[in-house]
Amino acid sequence: MAASSGDIARRKTFVIEPSRGPLAFNPRELWEYRELLFFLVWREVRVRYKQTALGIGWVLLQPLIAMIIFSAIFGQFAKLPSDGLPYPLFVLAGLLPWQLFAGALTRTGGSLVRDSSLLTKIYFPRLLIPLSAALAGLVDFVLSLVLLVIMLVYYGVRPGWQLVAIPIFALLAVLAAIAFGVWLAALNVRYRDVQIALPFLVQIWFFVSPVAYSASLVSGGISRLVYGLNPMASVIQGFRWSLVGGPGPGLQLLGATSLIIAVLIAGLIYFRAAEKTFADVI
Amino acid sequence: MSSPTVVQVAGIGKQYRLGRKATHFGSLREAIWATAGVIRRGRSPAPTLWALRDVSFEVQAGEVVGIVGRNGAGKSTLLKILSRLTEPTEGRAVIKGRLGSLLEVGTGFHGELTGRENVYLNGAILGMRRAEVDRKFDQIIEFSGVEAFLDTAVKRYSSGMYVRLAFAVAAHLEPDILVVDEVLSVGDAAFQRKCLGKMGEVASEGRTVLFVSHNMPVIKSLCSRALLIDAGRLVDDGDTDRVVASYLRTEETPEGESQLRQTDSLMGTGEARLRWAGILERNGATSRSLHFTEPLRVKMRFEVLDRVPEGVIEVGVSTLDGQRIATMMSTDNGGQAFIFEPGLQDVLLEADVTLLPREYILHVSLHHYSGATIDLVDSVTRFSIINVALDGGDHYRPHEVRGYVRPSTRWQAPRRVVG
Repeated sequence: MAASSGDIARRKTFVIEPSRGPLAFNPRELWEYRELLFFLVWREVRVRYKQTALGIGWVLLQPLIAMIIFSAIFGQFAKLPSDGLPYPLFVLAGLLPWQLFAGALTRTGGSLVRDSSLLTKIYFPRLLIPLSAALAGLVDFVLSLVLLVIMLVYYGVRPGWQLVAIPIFALLAVLAAIAFGVWLAALNVRYRDVQIALPFLVQIWFFVSPVAYSASLVSGGISRLVYGLNPMASVIQGFRWSLVGGPGPGLQLLGATSLIIAVLIAGLIYFRAAEKTFADVI
Repeated sequence: MSSPTVVQVAGIGKQYRLGRKATHFGSLREAIWATAGVIRRGRSPAPTLWALRDVSFEVQAGEVVGIVGRNGAGKSTLLKILSRLTEPTEGRAVIKGRLGSLLEVGTGFHGELTGRENVYLNGAILGMRRAEVDRKFDQIIEFSGVEAFLDTAVKRYSSGMYVRLAFAVAAHLEPDILVVDEVLSVGDAAFQRKCLGKMGEVASEGRTVLFVSHNMPVIKSLCSRALLIDAGRLVDDGDTDRVVASYLRTEETPEGESQLRQTDSLMGTGEARLRWAGILERNGATSRSLHFTEPLRVKMRFEVLDRVPEGVIEVGVSTLDGQRIATMMSTDNGGQAFIFEPGLQDVLLEADVTLLPREYILHVSLHHYSGATIDLVDSVTRFSIINVALDGGDHYRPHEVRGYVRPSTRWQAPRRVVG
């Protein structure tokens, strides 16, 4: 029995034509595909620690080991100042937002190529792939907060009212990863150089971010400039401030946020332009 | 009764920039060098290719449309555009309803996830709502027959189980418009049959199907209408039998009155090449038709470049659908191989076979006795059998042609009509 005309009139209509306009991505379409976004994030999370002996334990183990090593090297030997805080707590408060950002950026950068079989066989807003790769990091992040709570209790540090700002800084870290990640993901479709260079990029980025050292150490011309141009510097500093006090992020945060948004918008425009040929090029 | 239009394609075209493909896995270095080259030499326009141009058609609800054409004609590009995998360069298509395709069976399955998890993930990727998967979950599992392994990672599945589960999800998608690209589909013969069975089912439910295939009998049996695409253009649109016949005529068999043909073959080892072949009438003239019961006489001319000490000639006859119905070898019935000396060599074949009145296609190949192929030309020429014997004394009685050959027969029955 053929469908009646009434049925067909009620169906959704898709129009396929050459896209126009620089930012043709469609928030309403993204919303319609929210369930797929959920499943893609869920897949990332489910798959990450499958067939590992420690499983979800890795979420705590990674920052824990990093904290111990940094405390030994920078806290004990180099005796870096830590704004009057116990060094292990100081470094952990920087490590968590950093690992959230670095993990999200790394996964996002390689995401399109990793999911190339999806790109070439079925339609959905391509942005969902880098987006889900970045968002999946939030789950690990929330779980690793347990470690932070343990450390706070251990050192008897009581966070102040600024604690409410923690989610804002976590989201800024993810937003920064998305902003830079959509660039890298789209570039990686055409130039696999990206996935080779990405680990180095992340490593260098780590050293220009105040994770192991305090922002107050940064002074003078060039280092100040590099620091100012690195939005993650403000995000990490802000995260640490909202957790354990110390120097606040101040006006610099405004600059960092603007920079992230500018990179994000430019990234979406580039992504949109590159997206048309993903299936042909990948 | 006219059904509403569900697919409307107007002037669709897709242009590829050549050389893009060359930078497929392009590295940054190549891009920088290319850019530097452009700056030095001035911008030269990249060569382009229209994979599809000016294609327009409409499909009504419930139609099953076959899309035929040679490899590289643009069929898959068309499906990719309609599935929104790639954007058209020009034109516009309007699609009413959810479009699903059977070329994406198993897309997004993740080996580390369990069968149950993959059903939900795959369902979401194919565009099903979670509630929809919930509702169909039991049906999907029953169809797949993997109940016992629902909570096992699919990487532990046998390939058959994997495909069954993947297909079960896709089969329950119930798209308004189903797109199938046989060329891209994977799986064994049983799986392909399952896909075709599902298509038939979808078609009988009155849903719309777009089907790309090289399998003409399947196209003919499933589709009521066909589109012929050639070199990126829609060249024919209409009744399946007519379009398929026109495709086979234009694409596979030489045109023209003369059935002789210069052949430019690149197949085989090439010590000799077929230069022409033709069907001969009784008087020795070439013809495109033979009378019923007339022996099949084929003349072939080979250009021999290197001596072939033991050559075996093979002549095949097939229907327009590409179904091979007879193969004749020069070594049949204990026959001998031939020596081919350099130069032009003529070969004549005469076969006693009563082909039924239809159109046929002739294939010629030359092999070494060891089996290696020297030259092979598919679809050398077309010919037809006229439904009456040369002397008018015999013809094919049934008004519809059934089968391909009439064996010579002897009958015994109780009583003969004395006439």
